[in-house]
Amino acid sequence: MRKKILDMTTLDKNLLKELDAYIDSLVGDKKEHLIHVLHKAQELFSYLPQNLQLYVARALDLSGARVNGVVTFYSFFNENPVGKYTISVCMGTACFVKGADKVLNRVIELTGTNKNEMSEDGLFTIKDVRCIGACGLAPVMTINDKVYGKVKPNDVDDIIRHYRGREHESK
Amino acid sequence: MKLIDKMIQLKINNIPVTVEKGTTILDAATKIGVHIPTLCHLDLKDFGVVNKSANCRICVVENEDTRRLVPSCAQEVHDGMKIQTDSLNAVMGRRTNLELLLSNHPNDCLICVKNLDCELQSLAHEMNIKEIHYPGEKMSHPVDVTSFGITKDTNKCIMCRRCVTMCNDIQTVGILSPLKRGFDSVVATAFQLDLNQTSCTYCGQCVSVCPTGALAETNSSRQVWQALNNPSKHVIVQVAPAVRAAIGEEFGFEPGTIMTGKVVAGLKRLGFDQIFDTNFGADLTIIEEATELVDRIQNNKTLPMLTSCCPAWVQFIEHQFPELLDVPSSCKSPHEMVGILSKTYYAEKENINPKDIVMVSIMPCTAKKAEAAREELNKDGISDVDYVLTTRELARMFKEASIDFTKLIDDDFDELLGESTGAAAIFGTTGGVIEAATRTAYEMITGKELKEVNFKQLRGLDGIREAKVNIGDLELNIGIAHGLGNARKILEDIRDGKSHFHAIEIMACPGGCIGGGGQPYHHGQTDILLKRQKALYDLDAGMPKRKSHENEMLMKLYDEFLINPGSHKAHELLHTTYSAKQRI
Repeated sequence: MRKKILDMTTLDKNLLKELDAYIDSLVGDKKEHLIHVLHKAQELFSYLPQNLQLYVARALDLSGARVNGVVTFYSFFNENPVGKYTISVCMGTACFVKGADKVLNRVIELTGTNKNEMSEDGLFTIKDVRCIGACGLAPVMTINDKVYGKVKPNDVDDIIRHYRGREHESK
Repeated sequence: MKLIDKMIQLKINNIPVTVEKGTTILDAATKIGVHIPTLCHLDLKDFGVVNKSANCRICVVENEDTRRLVPSCAQEVHDGMKIQTDSLNAVMGRRTNLELLLSNHPNDCLICVKNLDCELQSLAHEMNIKEIHYPGEKMSHPVDVTSFGITKDTNKCIMCRRCVTMCNDIQTVGILSPLKRGFDSVVATAFQLDLNQTSCTYCGQCVSVCPTGALAETNSSRQVWQALNNPSKHVIVQVAPAVRAAIGEEFGFEPGTIMTGKVVAGLKRLGFDQIFDTNFGADLTIIEEATELVDRIQNNKTLPMLTSCCPAWVQFIEHQFPELLDVPSSCKSPHEMVGILSKTYYAEKENINPKDIVMVSIMPCTAKKAEAAREELNKDGISDVDYVLTTRELARMFKEASIDFTKLIDDDFDELLGESTGAAAIFGTTGGVIEAATRTAYEMITGKELKEVNFKQLRGLDGIREAKVNIGDLELNIGIAHGLGNARKILEDIRDGKSHFHAIEIMACPGGCIGGGGQPYHHGQTDILLKRQKALYDLDAGMPKRKSHENEMLMKLYDEFLINPGSHKAHELLHTTYSAKQRI
């Protein structure tokens, strides 16, 4: 190959082996399993860099554009490195009406980072997501698997402090 | 099932109509002469291209029973259905949808490349839009001008997805896809890379179906005007076979009217110093390619041999099948041959420094623009071809110079690289290159005169065709594919060792160069392509000489300059190499 735009050789070989094994285990037309394969890839690599997306495209004989289209459609998938804690603020209709945008803004202020980006200390990644199906608790925010309901902008300070503190203790 | 069970009866605007089950409301309406405006919908019947994404909602009509608006291009008819296409509800619905599409459109129609050729603009006119009630936030995407072939302006995209259908389903190149969601959604390349970072073949089929100015050829006419205005430059031009069968459409001629003489006369008016014919290069390609084919067959070298005239197809194999780079012929494409001969053979004869020659090719093609910039075709600071203009760009230049094309008096090509045979004329259609090659290979192999030059078994429009031609004791298996999706199937067979062909012709565009990405827009009327194809076969039939090796100026070129077909000098000037590239 004369010219390489996206270098796939820099991807972790052992993780790729696991991903290959997963793809091999799929039955039927592998193209149909794109979303599952992307889930697995993100589970292994924690995010989906461009060269990994292209790797998946080649493995399933799909175009890079198609894979990238699916990755960018679902907010679940990360194209950029993610922090230890992913803060997802629900921006579904109910949460939005109950002031989710203010919650999101407070999160952005306190972590000093932006939507879909990782904080400098590598601790937090912030996402605004579509309805997560907990409208009764609106506005809702999740941090990794933990759900925080009826969150007020002021509550965010305590929550963030809690995670920072936990990190401090573990050091 | 009896036929009667398959028939559906419905009423459109109170007119009863009976159609087959599975017919769309749009097709049923067309059958009884009721016009419904469409935008994203595209159905190129003879070529199997259908875009039925139903997302522009311009074609909505009212279902009288439910009072709901339904997209007529996608909604299938059912028994007893009552449709109104011109109810107030339907008309206002269409207007609102169009205004919403226009709400974030740049609306710079006056200076847009698609001005007066734009389907969105025509609809705004047709629907009498004089005001846009929804001033939306405009997009501000950078315009991608990185490639020589295609310029992509996402701000003008209306997300109709015709290009996506073309690029993925028909061409199977897979460069374009919808990315992201909601207001952020765009039709773009993987990772929103610049086009020149992707495996785009620049075939331009996306351009040929784009209803707006979102996709267009990269304009080179400014540089050509500059060259024409520079007295120290000797500017030479050449014209591809398919251009003469289509350019008339830009000036109101019936599709399929051959315009060779007027094009030559117009080019003289524009001030070109020499006017050569790419058809001469086509005849030359046949001599070189047939020589290569005979050598490969007689000496048990790599078979099948694939034609290499189509640069989009060459780009396709380099990116998608890098392991098969020994199958294409090493011949340069005809216009590159005319280019390099202009800068060597002609330059020597006329005692002109090749560096002072500017070579311009008029092509039906956007990929030729990218081809001309290939490293392999630019040596020692001299490009075989400097600029490529599409058929559309040349038509615009004629208009810009206020040349009345319709009144031009036919003129002839300049002699040295201007003679051609009927074999060259059919280079512009699918099946034409291989038919031309067969005519010459027959006489080369058997040493006998070929009496019947029409190989009808090689003609037609099926995406993949195969035929056997008897040449002496040899039964030559020939394959033909047009459209890159069909090419992919043939290449997969070669890769898997299942191919039994000796020679295969591939053209990237459906129909071949007559349907090239640089041709006048057909706006979905495929009969235009059929007329262009017929014109080229008629042109061939009317020529006194119909075999490439009968071209006298070509024989003179070998005598005086190249010595023999396949000679060292011929290889140096007329052949090229390919390299593997990453698929993105």
